[in-house]
Amino acid sequence: MKTSILALGFATVASMAAAETPVLTVLTYDSFVAEWGPGPAVEKAFEATCGCDLKFVPAGDGAALLGRVQMEGKTSEADVVLGIDTSLTASARATGLFAAHGQTWANDLPVTYSDADFVPYDWGWFAMVYDKTKVTNVPKTFEELGASDLKIVIEDPRSSTPGLGLLLWVKAAYGDKAKDVWAALADNIVTVTPGWSEAYGLFTEGEADMVLSYTTSPAYHLIAESDDSKAAAVFEEGHYMQVEVAGKLAATDQPDLADKFLAFIGSDAFQSTIPTTNWMYPAVTPSAGLPEGFDRFRPAKSLLMTAEEAAAARDGALAEWQAALAK
Amino acid sequence: MLHLERVVLTEADFRLYADWSIPQGARVAIIGPSGAGKSTLLNAIAGFVASASGRILWQGADLVPLPPGERPLTILFQDQNLFPHLTIAQNLALGLSPSMRPTVTQREQIARALDRTGLAGLGARRPAQLSGGQAGRAALARALLRARPLLLLDEPFAALGPALKQDMLGLVGEVAAETGATVLMVTHDPKDAQGFAGQTVLVADGVAHPPCDTAALFAHPPKALSDYLG
Amino acid sequence: MASRAGEVRRAPGAAAIAALVVTLTLGMAVVVGKGAGSLRPTPADWSALRFTVLQAGLSASLSCLLAVPVARALARRRFAGRGLLISLMGAPFLLPVIVAVLGLLAVFGRGGLVNDALSLTGLPRLSVYGLHGVVLAHVFLNLPLATRMLLMGWQAIPAERFRLAASLGMPQGAMFRHLEVPMLRAVLPGAAVVIFTICLASFAVALTLGGGPGATTVELAIYQALRFDYDPARAATLALIQFALGAGAVALGWVALTSAGFGAGLGRQMDLAAPKGWRRAVDALAITLAAAFLLLPLGAVVVRGVPGLSDLPQGLGMALLRSISVALASTVVTSGAALILSLAVARRASGARLFDAVAVLPLAVSGLVLGTGLFLTLRSLVRPEDIALPVTVLVNALLSLPYAYRLLLPEARALCADYGRLSDSLALRGVARLRWITLPRLARPLGFGAGVAAALSMGDLGVITLFAGESGATLPLYVHRLMGAYRMEAAAGAALVLVAASFALFALFDGIGRRAAP
Repeated sequence: MKTSILALGFATVASMAAAETPVLTVLTYDSFVAEWGPGPAVEKAFEATCGCDLKFVPAGDGAALLGRVQMEGKTSEADVVLGIDTSLTASARATGLFAAHGQTWANDLPVTYSDADFVPYDWGWFAMVYDKTKVTNVPKTFEELGASDLKIVIEDPRSSTPGLGLLLWVKAAYGDKAKDVWAALADNIVTVTPGWSEAYGLFTEGEADMVLSYTTSPAYHLIAESDDSKAAAVFEEGHYMQVEVAGKLAATDQPDLADKFLAFIGSDAFQSTIPTTNWMYPAVTPSAGLPEGFDRFRPAKSLLMTAEEAAAARDGALAEWQAALAK
Repeated sequence: MLHLERVVLTEADFRLYADWSIPQGARVAIIGPSGAGKSTLLNAIAGFVASASGRILWQGADLVPLPPGERPLTILFQDQNLFPHLTIAQNLALGLSPSMRPTVTQREQIARALDRTGLAGLGARRPAQLSGGQAGRAALARALLRARPLLLLDEPFAALGPALKQDMLGLVGEVAAETGATVLMVTHDPKDAQGFAGQTVLVADGVAHPPCDTAALFAHPPKALSDYLG
Repeated sequence: MASRAGEVRRAPGAAAIAALVVTLTLGMAVVVGKGAGSLRPTPADWSALRFTVLQAGLSASLSCLLAVPVARALARRRFAGRGLLISLMGAPFLLPVIVAVLGLLAVFGRGGLVNDALSLTGLPRLSVYGLHGVVLAHVFLNLPLATRMLLMGWQAIPAERFRLAASLGMPQGAMFRHLEVPMLRAVLPGAAVVIFTICLASFAVALTLGGGPGATTVELAIYQALRFDYDPARAATLALIQFALGAGAVALGWVALTSAGFGAGLGRQMDLAAPKGWRRAVDALAITLAAAFLLLPLGAVVVRGVPGLSDLPQGLGMALLRSISVALASTVVTSGAALILSLAVARRASGARLFDAVAVLPLAVSGLVLGTGLFLTLRSLVRPEDIALPVTVLVNALLSLPYAYRLLLPEARALCADYGRLSDSLALRGVARLRWITLPRLARPLGFGAGVAAALSMGDLGVITLFAGESGATLPLYVHRLMGAYRMEAAAGAALVLVAASFALFALFDGIGRRAAP
């Protein structure tokens, strides 16, 4: 922690002292800047090369990030926005606030991903995570899950990005049959939470057999807690991906630094911090490879709608979801 | 001299008119049926009830613009004359110094007032630890300390027994004599009026009648009074 | 003609506070919704509205009804640990929502104590998810508040009245009708309105325990519109609907409010008759059940949190300090404002009816809309992270004002009715009156209100998320960040620290108030 309780005074002094070095402001979500998140390491590594002061501004959770960008509009102090989910990149583009990134580095995503405005920095597969010691009859599809009497907890697509991801997952995998899948899942769903933390919290408390999370979640328990009991269920219809991206704001007053940062995102220094701080797959596999547990899971098929497809599908899928679950 | 100059008091379905004066140092009883407006009259003089019209003058100065605490009077209510969370000494101190910082002299005055009213040694007690008579004495002790030229009594001793009440009225008389105060006392007991007050104001039928000699009034009561006395 | 006693009693301090409250509440809704057309709520909004009113109504009624036997039992029984139990009653109200939910689930959840007991006895398991779960959680959070408000009502009935009743040989039933029912009629509507409006703005509890999108509240729709879709016009429309609901409830409660008018006693300690026999058993049952209902989930929070205490990240200390400073500052602001407003209303200063309405206005306001409005207004003037803490202080003070105010008002009224004339006749004014009369007489509700304000401020997560910079997190935000990073055990430990700190602050203020009370 650099500042103290007297944040006000210190911040003022700090900003005066830093006035000589240029400041790059990156708007991101809360968990990125946490002391255990990627933020501190990324900041240190970038500042070592850029001759600048990298400042992260947290804007709540991932779902709130785009709202914050819109709220600040053209007068935002931020130069780069980091943490938008591909389900929302179409809306982000539609704001007209972002500029083309011009980056040429290649990513290692399991699907082809390329976007003129946004560069990917990490990604993950959504998955239903369970406790191996408790669930033995692991479903292999959403339909099997719907037919089982397993209890699951999911996130609300109206307030969280994993919830939205699940919505698009079912839609991408089942198309017009999605509403039947939801109808079958209705009696499995213990409850719907506002965000990922609540859902995962309920799961670890034993309120549900499975929770909508990421395929990397078991790796966290394995690496950080030496707990090998969690696993992600492999679904035959494929796994929807969450790709987290960064973009440069058109109104930035530090365009060169912003470009430097976007290039830095593709570097080993940035990418190697991601797996064990953000618990996602790095967009570019680090030279040292992936940590233990990250290689365990390879779905047969990766699903990802384009930004435009996702935007088009969202409202209809949400209505189906609500209709099927409100009963 | 206290002068009520064409004073009109009105409340929802109530109206009272008074236009008279009493000389300085007088002891006046206010008597009349319940609900006639005895307390309202006292409260108007004390500044808690607004008059619809008229002036209330003390020594020629209009009291109406003054807030209650700045009027030259002390009033004793039917109850709640002492703050229950303060000691008796503190309750008395309020009479001298509202900021509760009595000087050494004032502290001596308080001790004397307690002594004078038979409460010596009880200064550290709280009102709940006093008898009804002692609470009345404490209120009088504060009136003694305040030494305002007008003393208004709104039946503060109504709850006391006859003997105790006589004692208290005796004490009121002494306090009044010491401070030279003019006393107005609401009562519903003719004996109080006869024993204590030289003059009596009869409040009935919307009028506070001019003060009359108490003995003469009770000897030849007007109809309103004889109705009340039964 | 103007006579002194009838002169308009001005209250400039109260008027200034009222103006600030209106600016912050309605003003911010206007800022957010500026440019909003005539947006019509969707059918989904209407069903959210129905669910919101239903769950809030049920939660408020049940909390108040259950509080009556509990408060009555606590008022007339003396037992070891009574004081501690009354203090602990403040705790659920102060828990961060997700911590409270997890605590409740440890008792009522799928693998909770209740279901374990049921399956041991061969009975079918119960699911806590659904409308009943939402109401259960809201009762858990608000029953203590209702109980405390009623308990104060009982303590405000002068002992003389009970003695009079006893001397008249009034049987228990008649005593209840003549003394306690009028008090309940005076206190219950206020308590019900407060709890109803709290539950109106519920969002995480309702959704998490509601079991699905059927349990959507208006606040969730506001969240969605503001954070996810950034549709401020829609958010403002929804916020106005929610505001109208809250204001309507406040207005209804106002009509129902009657003055108990017990007059003053001599300030003797009340000794409410403690009848023997079956009534004793009923009281014991009420206290036991309430204690179990409130303390078991709290116990679960402690049990969950202890293992995490050894694994707390180092940033926690600063976050805790930051939270405590915010809480202390906003408590001072809230208590001062509540005191000024309640005294102005109690002495019927000009504008009193307006002040009375304005003081509870923040209850009807969406914290999300308030925070967003402030953010939009202030960010053109200063950097949000530079004013994160002052803004949090201000908003927390605003949001806890209704509680502190409502707790003070009845006793401020009693103070004015019983000792206003005496104080005036002794020319007691200003600091002297405050120090010698007002503060001592109001110490109990002032202390309790300050405790509630401090703890509410500790647990609040609303506005800081918008303003906090990289390292400006308060403790609730810190807990949230830990949970968002898989660190559930550390989060439980940090939550325990948060609960302990909230409770310590609450107990500190409440204790000061109770000790200072005559």
